[in-house]
Amino acid sequence: MVNITTPIKAEARDLNFFYSNGNQALKSINMPLYEKKITALIGPSGCGKSTFLRCFNRMHDLYPGNKYQGQIVMHPDNTNILEAGVDPIEVRMRISMVFQKPNPFPKTIYENVAYGLRVRDEKNKRTLDDKVEEALKGAALWNEVKDRLQDLAFNLSGGQQQRLCIARALATDPEIMLFDEPTSALDPIATANIEELMSELKEKLTILVVTHNMQQAARVSDYTAYMYLGELMEYGDTNQIFTRPTRKETEDYITGKFG
Amino acid sequence: MTTEMKASVLKNLDAVRAMIRRHKRNDMLFAMVGLVALMLGLLTLLTLFIDLVMDGYPRFNLQFFSDFPSRRAGSAGLLSAWVGSALVMLVTFLTAVPVGVAAGLYLEEYAPKNWFSDLIEINVSNLAGVPSIIYGLLALGLFVYGFNFGQSILTAGLTLGLLILPIVIVSTREAIRGIPVAIREAAYAVGATKWQVVSDHVVKYSQGGILTGVIIGMSRAIGETAPIITIGALTFIAFLPPSPISDVAPFINFQWLDSGFTVLPIQMFNWLSRPDHAFHINAAATGAIIIVVTLLMNGTAIYLRYKIRKNIKW
Repeated sequence: MVNITTPIKAEARDLNFFYSNGNQALKSINMPLYEKKITALIGPSGCGKSTFLRCFNRMHDLYPGNKYQGQIVMHPDNTNILEAGVDPIEVRMRISMVFQKPNPFPKTIYENVAYGLRVRDEKNKRTLDDKVEEALKGAALWNEVKDRLQDLAFNLSGGQQQRLCIARALATDPEIMLFDEPTSALDPIATANIEELMSELKEKLTILVVTHNMQQAARVSDYTAYMYLGELMEYGDTNQIFTRPTRKETEDYITGKFG
Repeated sequence: MTTEMKASVLKNLDAVRAMIRRHKRNDMLFAMVGLVALMLGLLTLLTLFIDLVMDGYPRFNLQFFSDFPSRRAGSAGLLSAWVGSALVMLVTFLTAVPVGVAAGLYLEEYAPKNWFSDLIEINVSNLAGVPSIIYGLLALGLFVYGFNFGQSILTAGLTLGLLILPIVIVSTREAIRGIPVAIREAAYAVGATKWQVVSDHVVKYSQGGILTGVIIGMSRAIGETAPIITIGALTFIAFLPPSPISDVAPFINFQWLDSGFTVLPIQMFNWLSRPDHAFHINAAATGAIIIVVTLLMNGTAIYLRYKIRKNIKW
């Protein structure tokens, strides 16, 4: 069910990952991310979803001893972002991430969004103002905070904080955005807001999202991957995965018989 | 994707790479400055330690630990000093730990939070910074003359106990504060009283932090000289205090508490102030020993903290 007319933004090729204690968390994963589509990763806890997601921005490099094998190739430049010669910082400049729990800095709303730009040496006040506004609008938060940009980010509600984190990730024009269970700490209304936002964001960029919520995967994603014990069990068009899964294990997990 | 879009991505990538190279120079620069700063402190101390060890080298033998001080440097030893230090530390430990931990627990868990407890908090932290000689003066008035404890092990132990009390209180409070509210609520939710919550959970889970604070306090106390001199410790002692263990019932006696004494840093100070160079070798050896003991105590603190915290994850 793979749509061959959609270009591939990035793809994992025979990807293995080992934690520093020797545990193999990912086993020869091959999977594409289609450009301007949402790909969801589902599967029971501890199956390697988050580990896989964090390979995409080299988060594992922060902790010594972790080891990648295989490739994640980004298009159109065909860079293997796992290659030793590729700077993880360069990868993170192209691929941004939103975490499970909202993690705003203890700074103002404005400074939270502007931080990625400041890291990139942007000093022009006008440009910063414009980009912050644009990112906050993109994260559907502008109307709620435009009169209090100098307030501390901690004064926002949980859902607002998460949208602020999305704005922070968005302000730097990433090519891919990673979401690691972005709504698991939020109430249903805030969750609905974030999901709607993700659907809007895919106009501009490619999204990879880890979720524990089956309905969420079905609602927001175009493609779904089911992972189990570090392996990619099944990957395909979301409709197909949820209506006609080819593997028994996938069906059991989706229907709640297992996991 | 059109070729011009591809070209723009690649061009952008070159700019990004150039910027990262520029930023990484700062990264390297700080790494170097930091390393120099670390070395500056570390090498100075290491040189000092090595110098002490080299000077004191001839005295590193069992004789040195089993001989009393003497008029002849070659046969002078540390026996009365290390026994004195050990006994004083025992008194310090037995007084500072229960009092400090109980005070810390009370302040953190029981005391109402108002301006008065804030005032106490500020004062406790402040006490940790009071010069140790002030404690010596206090002890001279209170323990030596007020309670008539004399210039004894008991007086010295209590004085040093007082000295490290703020350290124990502060570290107890900090260890307690590290326990998440959720854990306390979990205990309250099954019907525990405050004391049950404190004794079954709060104290247990903060043991590592409390212990670390106690040991760091003790390793400070073992090197203290000024307050001990102030209360009038003797500098030349050629006898041991009566043994704490006796051979008649009840097998423990407390006469040693009343005994005169000397401690390691005072013995060192005494040897150092003599004109004869041979005694300076003894002083260097004593200095090296005090540093090693302190190092061992702090090492134990770090090890215990690691071991106890390993099983606790918030």
